[in-house]
Amino acid sequence: MISRLSDDRSRAAIAASIERRRGDTRGLLFKTVLQMCLLITLALLAVLLVTVALDSTDQIGTRLWDFLQGTLRSRSTDERLGLHQGMYGSLWIAIIVAVLAFPVGIGAAVYLEEYAPRNRFTSFIEVNIRNLAGVPSVVYGLVGLALLLNGQIFGLDRFTGGSSALSGGITLAILVLPIVVITSGEAFRAVPIELREGAYGVGATKWEVIRTQVLPYAAPGILTGTLLSMARAVGEAAPLILVGAISGRLGDNPGLFDIGALTDQFTALPIVITSWTVQSGRDGGFTAAAAAAIVVLLVFVLMMNSAAILLRNRFEKKRG
Amino acid sequence: MTDTSVVHPDQLTVDQLQIAPSRRYREVIIRYTLVVAALVSVLVSTLIVWSLLREAWTFITGVVWADTWGQRGWFPRRGLYDIPTIVVASLIVTGIAMVVAGPLGLGAAVYLSEYANRRVRSWLKPALEILAGIPSVVLGFFALTWIAPNIVGHIGRTTFLVLGAVILLGYAAISAGLARTKIKQYREGTADPSARIGAVASIAMLVVVFVLAGAWTLNVWLEFVPNNAGSLAAAGIGVGILTIPLVASISEDAMAAVPDSLREASAGLGARKMTTASSVVLPAAISGIVAAFIVAVSRAIGETMVVFMAGGAADAARFADSPMEGGLTMTAAMASLASGTDSVVGEGLTFQSLYFVGLLLFLITLSLNIIASRFVSKVREAY
Amino acid sequence: MSMTDEAPRLIERPVAASGEATPAPGMAPLATERDVVFQSQDVSVYYGSFRAVRDVTFDVPKNEIMALIGPSGCGKSTVLRCYNRMNDLIENARVTGSITYRGTDLYDERVDPVEVRRRIGMVFQKPNPFPKSIYDNVAYGPRVAGQKKGLDDIVENSLRKAALWEEVNDRLNDSALGLSGGQQQRLCIARAIAVGPDVLLMDEPCSALDPIATARIEDLMQEIKQDYTIMIVTHNMQQAARVSDTTAFFTADVRSENDTRTGILVEVDTTQKIFSNPSDERTENYVTGRFG
Ligand SMILES: Nc1ncnc2c1ncn2[C@@H]1O[C@H](COP(=O)(O)OP(=O)(O)OP(=O)(O)O)[C@@H](O)[C@H]1O
Ligand SMILES: [Mg+2]
Repeated sequence: MISRLSDDRSRAAIAASIERRRGDTRGLLFKTVLQMCLLITLALLAVLLVTVALDSTDQIGTRLWDFLQGTLRSRSTDERLGLHQGMYGSLWIAIIVAVLAFPVGIGAAVYLEEYAPRNRFTSFIEVNIRNLAGVPSVVYGLVGLALLLNGQIFGLDRFTGGSSALSGGITLAILVLPIVVITSGEAFRAVPIELREGAYGVGATKWEVIRTQVLPYAAPGILTGTLLSMARAVGEAAPLILVGAISGRLGDNPGLFDIGALTDQFTALPIVITSWTVQSGRDGGFTAAAAAAIVVLLVFVLMMNSAAILLRNRFEKKRG
Repeated sequence: MTDTSVVHPDQLTVDQLQIAPSRRYREVIIRYTLVVAALVSVLVSTLIVWSLLREAWTFITGVVWADTWGQRGWFPRRGLYDIPTIVVASLIVTGIAMVVAGPLGLGAAVYLSEYANRRVRSWLKPALEILAGIPSVVLGFFALTWIAPNIVGHIGRTTFLVLGAVILLGYAAISAGLARTKIKQYREGTADPSARIGAVASIAMLVVVFVLAGAWTLNVWLEFVPNNAGSLAAAGIGVGILTIPLVASISEDAMAAVPDSLREASAGLGARKMTTASSVVLPAAISGIVAAFIVAVSRAIGETMVVFMAGGAADAARFADSPMEGGLTMTAAMASLASGTDSVVGEGLTFQSLYFVGLLLFLITLSLNIIASRFVSKVREAY
Repeated sequence: MSMTDEAPRLIERPVAASGEATPAPGMAPLATERDVVFQSQDVSVYYGSFRAVRDVTFDVPKNEIMALIGPSGCGKSTVLRCYNRMNDLIENARVTGSITYRGTDLYDERVDPVEVRRRIGMVFQKPNPFPKSIYDNVAYGPRVAGQKKGLDDIVENSLRKAALWEEVNDRLNDSALGLSGGQQQRLCIARAIAVGPDVLLMDEPCSALDPIATARIEDLMQEIKQDYTIMIVTHNMQQAARVSDTTAFFTADVRSENDTRTGILVEVDTTQKIFSNPSDERTENYVTGRFG
């Protein structure tokens, strides 16, 4: 394809290459294949969303309100079948994650980016956090199990009530902690040095610089990271299974803001979805119930994800 | 002028060059609060390792290895914890996932990085990010209720053989291409001589993998049983869809790091876009692409819910050597142990076996991630 | 620095007051001698193991404008940033030798760099207003220092001194990022003035500005010189000649045998002397444009 002009036959070569360019079937094929890769991926996404939507109409289209108010049942035709317990668990998991993981994660990121000396110990912690982000979620479940349920450490199970929404929330807070640290750290690194120097230059202390300049500038980036990790936490099921989320029958159905039920047995949206999906082999009606639960979960998760994406794109554009 | 030796009138003392004590103390308090936050992350990783090791050790020392030695299958209730059974299932699922996510993710990345214009990208990237954000339970549902009957269910004996052949040939073609560039580098003396052993070893490994995979494909074909309910294949495809965005975004980052000057140089020599993409950009970004694949493998091995829901096995599994069978991967085995009726408080070594598998999983994914970050830092060094 | 101990304590000047340091009674400066704000002795600066500047010794006279000139990379910014301990913010930077500020060792371990930076303000090469309102930019320094009352006056006084008040007094609550480059730089000067410093360090304050904005800043420097001591780094010879009273010329000492490149001070003298009749040949070459 390279036309050497020094060549005697350079004219012919150029002509030939132009000729070939015109009928570049291989290039076209290559491009088409690449496009197909994207198309297939997006088509799978579309089929997934459509399948779920269609399957869910049996529940969502006919008895949405009852479905949102109902509880775990053993038959799909039970008219008290519903999601309420799952929503309780997921709501509180989200709250616990926000309360525990966000301050600690952002705090750790502030320390690592702004305070920590550049030495081996710091880079050890940083590598450590990056590796933690890659640990499979089910392993975090094991940690929650050992730590919060079995009373192996400090008898924490008495505080968490064993297998409870509180335990689930703490486990997922630990799970998203590294993600929060990493995304916030990136946001801090993007703060221009000029802003910091300007503030130091008029006699601000380190913390004053961080509070008044670094944090406000990094806020959109941090918010993006926290939204993404919140979405992640709400969608996770494996660690909750390990800490004993209930998939069969769950007696209580606490009100959404009933704090007292935090230390009781619990379930969560992803667990409900898993349970109903697995039961759909035995009782086909559960397919619709699972799909409807997915719709509810996706509404929350995708809302948080899209908010995060929009926020990031907006600020990327604004700040060039 | 420098000898102006004047004690000038408005002298300052050290005390005047200090800030208010309250402000100083606040700095110290905040610093230590933040140190604590950072230490929590260290604490978390210590706890992970500690809790895994503790119970895993009981398992290793407690399982009467001789009793069940040579028996295949994962039957916790009978005390049969055969690690190869779940490891092989994990390998099958991961392999299928990579067959799906590898080409699709890489193709999407090349298109986004080399062909798509700004406007197209601004739509496609968020779409991929939406896919990346879909919880795995949703994919589990999709794998069981749609992929299993509509894709895996339609794979018959012949289709399987054709698919297997296509995949193997594709794999062989890529390996041959890689090997050829390596050999060429030696001929031209551009390669680091110490990398020779590594290159020979990796080529040998590619060949071994090819032979094994070929033999295995034939074996599956000979004993082919169609299946349109949950199976390792359905789960593998589901996991694959889940990892496409991962492969795509990491590879695209790697290709974005390739300087435009290389592309321009290639175009200046009269190369077409396809040539530029395949013989300039891809080789330059190869470390990052390898990293993307390794991270995806790590993610696929650690994925739990898709296999648990669509893998076609409830709480026990026979040794599965065909993707058309149901099976339990390491992760699914853990989830089923924890959710079974005799669950985590169960008798015997159920609890400990959970931790042993968890430790295994942790070590595998950790090493993969460490290797991947090596590759990523290679990209950073290069540009 | 032994004199620190018996030094008379002075009445602190009020924040943002109109300057005019009160001379201690009975110590009126002699006409031939000048008050000195900074004395630096054998100052070297290292970035890690790299020695960026070597053995710099000179005094900075009070209420004058001192220009630091020299070719790029000779360490002017590095030296300037020693005077308000800005180099402390760079992880691997290290300063040796001694610098005294009004008789006190600036690098004494009991000295807090935060307070140093309040008293010794800095204006940077690129205008760097905070992404806040004009008012909040100027009030930023006094606020972090704990001041809550009288901010309006401080803001007005500082903006007046920085010759910006007339242009912005009707839009103090607008974002500072909406100002022109020259206005932004004057805002940065107002921001530095607002905390009541007595020294202003300026690192190429006009290099991002057009000639008109530059002229305004130069005029401004002349106006405020009676209240402040100013050190300015500039690449613009005419600017140094126009505005400064004394000039320090730096250059890079390149040793090829051990591959080092260190900034050194060549000479310090009155600006007139440096530009008309320098004592060092290297200075002459530089100011006449035969080098750099
Ligand atoms: N943060 C740093 N880390 C390491 N080396 C540095 C750092 N800042 C400056 N240097 C080096 O110190 C030397 C002096 O730099 P400095 O910025 O002080 O020069 P300068 O005279 O201000 O140059 P210019 O006129 O271009 O602004 C240079 O060789 C530079 O590379
Ligand atoms: Mg400079």
